[in-house]
Amino acid sequence: MYQITCPHCGPRAQTEFTYERTTDSVVDPAGDTHAAMQALYTRANPMGLDDEIWRHTYGCRAWMVLTRHRVTHEIRAVKAIGPEALP
Amino acid sequence: MKTPYSAFSLLRGALNGQKHWEPAWRDPEPRASYDVIIIGGGGHGLATAYYLAKVHGIRNVAVLEKSWIGGGNVGRNTTLVRSNYRLPQLHNFFEFGLKLWHNLSDDLNYNVMFSPRGAMFLGHNDGDMIKLAERGDAMRCDGIDAELLTPKQIAKIEPLLDLSRGARFPIDGALIQWRAGTARHDAVAWGYARAADALGVDIIQKCEVTGFVKDGNRITGVETTRGRILAGRTGICVAGHSGHVAGLAGLRLPIESQTLQALVTEGVKPMVQSVIMSQSLHFYVSQSDKGGIVMGGDPDNWPSYARRGQPTIKEHAIAQAVTCMPALSRLRMLRTWSGVTDMSFDGSPIIGPSPIDGLYLNAGWCYGGFKATPASGWTYAHTLATGKPHELNAPFSLERFMTGATIDETSVGPFPNHR
Ligand SMILES: Cc1cc2nc3c(=O)[nH]c(=O)nc-3n(C[C@H](O)[C@H](O)[C@H](O)COP(=O)(O)OP(=O)(O)OC[C@H]3O[C@@H](n4cnc5c(N)ncnc54)[C@H](O)[C@@H]3O)c2cc1C
Ligand SMILES: [Zn+2]
Repeated sequence: MYQITCPHCGPRAQTEFTYERTTDSVVDPAGDTHAAMQALYTRANPMGLDDEIWRHTYGCRAWMVLTRHRVTHEIRAVKAIGPEALP
Repeated sequence: MKTPYSAFSLLRGALNGQKHWEPAWRDPEPRASYDVIIIGGGGHGLATAYYLAKVHGIRNVAVLEKSWIGGGNVGRNTTLVRSNYRLPQLHNFFEFGLKLWHNLSDDLNYNVMFSPRGAMFLGHNDGDMIKLAERGDAMRCDGIDAELLTPKQIAKIEPLLDLSRGARFPIDGALIQWRAGTARHDAVAWGYARAADALGVDIIQKCEVTGFVKDGNRITGVETTRGRILAGRTGICVAGHSGHVAGLAGLRLPIESQTLQALVTEGVKPMVQSVIMSQSLHFYVSQSDKGGIVMGGDPDNWPSYARRGQPTIKEHAIAQAVTCMPALSRLRMLRTWSGVTDMSFDGSPIIGPSPIDGLYLNAGWCYGGFKATPASGWTYAHTLATGKPHELNAPFSLERFMTGATIDETSVGPFPNHR
């Protein structure tokens, strides 16, 4: 367990946050069916850094993007995002 | 041929100080090429190699393992073996495996300590009981044993469960599969390894696959930390590392890797007779043959390859287990550990050809692939030998995610957290 620095609330326990999906797996409403299926059902799932959408669900409830390493759990960057980043 | 393990060879060994035992498998140098390469020396990879050699007569086979065999999830799981799934594709597949489990020690000449002690799923309300009854009916329609138990019947099997009406989570009944149980996980890896090796399979440890050799849209071999090895057919079988290894071939899979934890208490006299699970409360409990109480719960619900879990997840499973069986609160935790699980996007596995020629996939076992080891090995061997799926793994194709034919036991939808 570690801390995630919410852009709005500062450092908080990870248990206050939930993981949603990676930024490259958001369905583009303007895209075709194949692209939507790819976004819904496939992941790069790298043993390294990925850009992940998390939510401060049990805090301020805002969405953010974490650039996070999936082996070391290092959080390289946290970026606040608006509602336009999700479908 | 190696000396078979038997009471006789043990007695004979007693005369010469047990000095006649040989290593259970060889430690060969990799050859330049094989008919089939299996990437990953977990339970599934070793079982696949064994059935390729035994059932299909294909013995020019290598199993490449990046660390040591049995160091992955096959040696980290909580050893529950059952076939009590609702959907026919799943219960028929797992039931085929369960039948193999019942004869596995004899078949491998290795005691895997399979112990069919019964696995019960608890129901805590009307909704749970309806779902359990439906699941039991679905199983019985395909000839698989399932029996609904009343609280009175449960009390006879598990007297330490809190069956009072005042319980925090009242127990209204359970669905038991008597032929389900547990096995010794390490023995499964070692037994398959020894039996495959005896048939000529090369088990090559400390050999990590780092890339693929490609010829147009065909994989013709692998790059490894011990050099390039060519193959007629290559099978990925790396469980939690499926996303990473498939990624080396340029594939994106319907899989995300998550940490799954488990724990064991100090050893005590028999107090849990069966395997107790609650899908509503997200915990399960059994007692190992050594006496330790083995417990587990949900995966840590975010991507990780770290084999390090959050304490809160364990706490949750322990709290639920203690609520249902208060006597557990007196035990001390001995060890906890975790493994990287390959969480698929419908909760079911993928076994079959990949979009790249010569490359095959066995992945997406979530937290439930130990029980599948024999069936997975059997059907994957068939697929690798013939190039086509066996009828039991035909539904578990990679294409199903794109065509909408997902096998979604818990109706969760396109997320890697089916439970
Ligand atoms: C805590 C826990 C509890 C579980 N409980 C149960 C249970 O009760 N019942 C049940 O049915 N299932 C259970 N499971 C799931 C089950 O353990 C797995 O689904 C199953 O073991 C996966 O198949 P495997 O044995 O082949 O995997 P593994 O043993 O993980 O084998 C994969 C192998 O591939 C190797 N590998 C990875 N990358 C490479 C590479 N690049 N090159 C070469 N080799 C590589 C790894 O080192 C590993 O040895 C549990 C899992 C965990 C973690
Ligand atoms: Zn916040």
